[in-house]
Amino acid sequence: MSKVLMKGNEAIAQAAIAAGCNAFFGYPITPQNELIEYMSKYMPDKGAFVQAESELAAINMVYGAAAAGARAMTSSSSPGLALKQEGISYCAGAELPAVIVSVSRGGPGLGGILPAQGDYNQATRGGGNGDYKVIVLAPNGVQEATEMVRKAFYLADTYRNPVIVLADGVIGQMMEPVEINTEALPLIAKPWASDGNLSRGHRNVVNSLFLNPVELEKHNQDLRAKYDLIEEKEVDYELSHDENAEVMFVAYGTPSRIVKAAIENLKAEGINACLFRPKTLYPFPYEALKKAAQGKKFVLCAELSMGQMIQDVRLSLEGSVPAHFYGRAGGMVFEPKELVNAVKDHLGGR
Amino acid sequence: MTVVFKKTKGLTDAPFSYCPGCTHGIIHRLVAECLEELDLLDHSVAIASVGCSVMSYEYFNCDAIQAAHGRAPAVATGVKRVHPEKIVFTYQGDGDLASIGTAEIVQAAHRGENITVIFVNNAIYGMTGGQMAPTTLPNQVTTTSPRGRDVSKTGEPIKMSELMATIPGATYIERVMTADPLSVRKAKRAIKKAFQYQKENKGFSMIEVLSSCNIGWGLSPNDALQYIKNEMASYFPLGVYKDKGV
Amino acid sequence: MRGEVLFNTDRCKGCSLCVHACPVHILALDTTRVNAVGYNPAYCFDMSKCIACTNCATMCPDTVITVKRLDI
Repeated sequence: MSKVLMKGNEAIAQAAIAAGCNAFFGYPITPQNELIEYMSKYMPDKGAFVQAESELAAINMVYGAAAAGARAMTSSSSPGLALKQEGISYCAGAELPAVIVSVSRGGPGLGGILPAQGDYNQATRGGGNGDYKVIVLAPNGVQEATEMVRKAFYLADTYRNPVIVLADGVIGQMMEPVEINTEALPLIAKPWASDGNLSRGHRNVVNSLFLNPVELEKHNQDLRAKYDLIEEKEVDYELSHDENAEVMFVAYGTPSRIVKAAIENLKAEGINACLFRPKTLYPFPYEALKKAAQGKKFVLCAELSMGQMIQDVRLSLEGSVPAHFYGRAGGMVFEPKELVNAVKDHLGGR
Repeated sequence: MTVVFKKTKGLTDAPFSYCPGCTHGIIHRLVAECLEELDLLDHSVAIASVGCSVMSYEYFNCDAIQAAHGRAPAVATGVKRVHPEKIVFTYQGDGDLASIGTAEIVQAAHRGENITVIFVNNAIYGMTGGQMAPTTLPNQVTTTSPRGRDVSKTGEPIKMSELMATIPGATYIERVMTADPLSVRKAKRAIKKAFQYQKENKGFSMIEVLSSCNIGWGLSPNDALQYIKNEMASYFPLGVYKDKGV
Repeated sequence: MRGEVLFNTDRCKGCSLCVHACPVHILALDTTRVNAVGYNPAYCFDMSKCIACTNCATMCPDTVITVKRLDI
C-alpha cells in the first residue's frame, strides 16, 4: 500500500476505525475538530458515533460503551481533557478499556488554540480523583500517531485501562504522508462486560464503588500491581545514539523533531548531541533515560511548556547529570537555533 | 392456595440498603417486576446513579453499570448506541438528575435516546444527610435550608416532568407517586409502559416517581406517605405530561 | 379466611407501611421480638380476616411479604 497525504486528526481517526474502534463520542474543540468530523462521516453503520453535549458526557458515553464491551474512544483538546478527568478516573476505577486522544493546545484556562505541551502533567498525573494511572503515548508525527492509536486500543484492551494518545496541535493539524495499518486488531474477550447478555449464566456489574475499606484497599493494591506490570513491560522510547555526544536532549512529540534539526546544526559547529525521546510518558522511561545520560555534560529538556516533563527527567537522573530546561509556551514553538544557543550557553559560551 | 404476590425474580436477594420505610424499595420492586413481566431481564442493562440508589446495581437482577453523579443518561447512551437491541434504563434521584445531571438528562431526551429513565423525586439529598435539592418544596426544612427553603434566594422547586415534556425528542413523560397501594399500582403501569415503549423502539421515556424520605423529612414512614400525597403531589401534579407513543 | 400473608421476617425493617396499608387491620409490629437485623418485625395477628388484597405487599419496601389467595 502506498502512502497518502493526510491531516493528522483525520489520519488518527482513520487509524482508530481500522483498529476496530466501534464507538466514538466527541465534542467540538479546536484543534481536534477534523477528528470528530471524520468519525461522523466514516464510522461504520454498525458502530456508534455521537456528538455529545459536553466533554463530560462524551467520556461518560465512552464509559458506558466500554463497559458494554465496545472499543470506545473520545478525543478532545486541553480544556476538554480537563472536563474528562472525572470519567477517566471512573474508567480507571472500573478498569475499562478506553482510548482518549488529546490534541493539546496552550493554556491555562481557555488559553489559545495553537500547539503546546502544557498538559504533560494533566495526562501523566491525571486530574481525576484517586490512585490511578493512565497509559500515555506521545507520537512525534502523523505516521506515528496512527500507529500509537492502534497500539492504544491494544493496550487498553490488554490491561483494561484508559490510554491517552497525547498529541499536540501540530500533529493534529499538519499533513504528512502516512500508511495506515489496516490489518484487523484481534479482539480480546471481555467476559466482564455488562452488555445485557445473561446467557453467559450470571450477571455482570461494572463499578468503581467499594464502601468496604478492606475491599477498596485490595482494589487499589490490584490496580497498583497492574501498573507495576505496565511499568515493567510497556516502557518505550527512542534514543538517537551517538557515542561522542557530550549533550543529550530530552523531548517528546513535535519538539523532538525540532531537536533533531538542532542536533544537525550543532554537529556543523562541532558539538555532538543526541536525543532521548520518551514514546510512553506513562510509563516513563526513567532507567533508560538515566543510563543514556551517563557521561554527558548535561541534559537539556526541551518542551513547549514552562517545564513539566523536566520533573520526570530530574527524577530519572537522580542528580547524576545536570539537567537544564528550554521551553516556549502559549503556541510559540522554538526554532532549532534557539536550542543550539541554549546548548552553547550551557557549555559556557562555546 | 394460589400465590398472588411474591418477590420478583427481577430483584436479587441482597437486602436493600435503604432506611426503614423508604419507598425506593417499592420503586425498585416495580421496575424489577416490569422487567420480569416483559421478559426483559436477560437482556437489560441497569445504570445506577449516585445518591441513595448508588447500590441499585446490587439489587436489579440484570447486568448493571454504576455511573458518575448525574451522568447516568450519558452512560446509558454509550451502552444503548453499541447495543441498540438491549433494554437500557437509568435509575436516578433528584439530586443526580435535577441538579448535577441536568445537561445529561435534557440532552439524552433531546437526542431521543431509546432509553427508560426512572426518576425518583424525594425532594432532598438523602444519601448525604438531607440537604436541599432543586426539588425541595418551598419552606421545607433541610440541613442546608435550616430555616426552610427560601425561594427568594434558592428559586422555586424545579419541575422536571414539565420541563422534559417540552423537549421535542422526548416520547413519554409521566409523573406518578408511591403514596398508597392504588398510586403504587398506577406507578407500575407507567413504568411498564415506558419499558414497553423502549422495546418497541419508541424513544425516550422518563417516569418521575414522587417518593418518600421519611428520615430526611423527619417524619414517620406513614406520615411521609401522607406528605407525598398532600404536599408533594400538590406542587408536582401527577399525570401524563407527554405521550408520543400512543 | 380468604388469604394468607407470609413474612420473610428477617428482611423486615419494621417500617409499618404494611400495617397502615391493610384494609382489614390485621397486621402489627411484634414488639415482643427483635429480628436478625434489629427491628420489631411485622406480623399478622388474625389471618382469618385476610382478604388477599396484596396491599401490604404492594407497600412493603423490602419485599418481605408473600400473599396467597384461597382457591374457590
